[in-house]
Amino acid sequence: MTRFALLAAALCCTPVFGQEDLLDLLGEEETGPVYTNASFKTTRVINGHSLENTAHGVLDFRISHRFGFLSGGVNEFFGLDNADVRLGLDYGLTDRLMVGIGRSGFQKTVDGFAKYKVLRQCDEGCGMPVTLAVVASSSITTARATEVPWYGPDRQDYFTHRLSYSWQMVLGRKFSEGFSMQLTPGVVHRNLVEAENDPNDLINVGIGGRVKLTKRLAVNGEYFHVLRDEVPGLRNSLSVGFDIETGGHVFQLHFTNSTGMFERAFITETTGDWADGDIHFGFNISRVFTVHDPKKRPVE
Amino acid sequence: MRTLAYLTLALAMLPASLSAQERFATRNGHINFFSGTPVENIEADNNKVTSVFDASTGAIEFAALIKAFEFEKALMQEHFNENYMESNTHPKANFKGKVSGFTAADAMKAGSYDVDVSGDLTIHGVTKPLTTKATFVVNADGTIKANSDFSVRPEDHGIAIPGVVRKNIAEQIKVKVDLTYARM
Repeated sequence: MTRFALLAAALCCTPVFGQEDLLDLLGEEETGPVYTNASFKTTRVINGHSLENTAHGVLDFRISHRFGFLSGGVNEFFGLDNADVRLGLDYGLTDRLMVGIGRSGFQKTVDGFAKYKVLRQCDEGCGMPVTLAVVASSSITTARATEVPWYGPDRQDYFTHRLSYSWQMVLGRKFSEGFSMQLTPGVVHRNLVEAENDPNDLINVGIGGRVKLTKRLAVNGEYFHVLRDEVPGLRNSLSVGFDIETGGHVFQLHFTNSTGMFERAFITETTGDWADGDIHFGFNISRVFTVHDPKKRPVE
Repeated sequence: MRTLAYLTLALAMLPASLSAQERFATRNGHINFFSGTPVENIEADNNKVTSVFDASTGAIEFAALIKAFEFEKALMQEHFNENYMESNTHPKANFKGKVSGFTAADAMKAGSYDVDVSGDLTIHGVTKPLTTKATFVVNADGTIKANSDFSVRPEDHGIAIPGVVRKNIAEQIKVKVDLTYARM
């Protein structure tokens, strides 16, 4: 019996060369969490915020442009005679926190926002299945008092009357390499509204998604539903478009019934009716600049 | 009888422990790659390369996690993973080969050795043979510092480069490997 045990011991302990995988000797490597990237090609689905942030140290210059309504017909050259523009600068303070400012021609509005990723979906090293970001934004119209739409003849032009706010939670997941989807519940608060029976706070929920057609081309869709009694002339925002990526630029070409390009405007003040052809052709151009490299090590 | 059994057991295990001493490994090797064109230079570093070298057989293996390559520009890193390397499908690059010109005895004496390395390089799921020269420096503390430079063609590994960025990415990517092995 002892002899048998010795033989077994000798056999099991004799190294076998050539057959084994050398790297297996190192055992499982411990990697930190690897966060899912590129759920969307850029930080906006179309008008609304996506699951993505600009990376730490990256400045994103965004030119957003909406032509007039296609329903303008030949006379308006299908909307191409008119244009609304928002110029924006976004910056990643950390990989989780980004801030941005923008100036829109629409009601001559300046808007600013901060967006923080509370949860980050992970590929490896942790079990988080979703990304959750919170976005807080505010806007101020700088138009003359006579041009501010919610100022009646007897209304005082207080500074606070020009302000509005939006808070959103962006909750979503990159389900596969080619498909991502998100839900965006939020509230828009207007300090002053046009009519007395118009609520100051409007609860809304957005849904957005993208499907990648090729590595550099994706199709996006986005819809915001506002929970309110029907208001004549106001619609919910619906947009579809393409993301085209070329090196440091992302071009987003889309069709949308929203004119404004900041939260209050496109969520609560969309007037276009898709059925009547009140659709804007538009584009966003995103150009990123790395202004600070957080990974940079001192030169050896 | 019991003592004899233990002794035999210890003897039986001796070859295993001896050969283990001729194995060298690292978990924090460095690989740098550089693509230089008149339009732009692209460079990335990975400081978490794992490698094992068996001085008795000359067998050598490397593995590098593609997502661990760090670029100066975050967007470049995203494109590298998403569009070129497809790191979700092919998470690692690896190399399996043989070192010639270096023996287990060399690993015991401090000095610098020029060696030849040849084997199979797998990047983006495509395996190609690779032969290159390397320098092994055996330090007084018994560690081995290994260096090698070679070039890789993305096309050889099935990495498609679209026409619009053809001028931005070099046809030959220069790869530098630099790591220090410690005895296992």
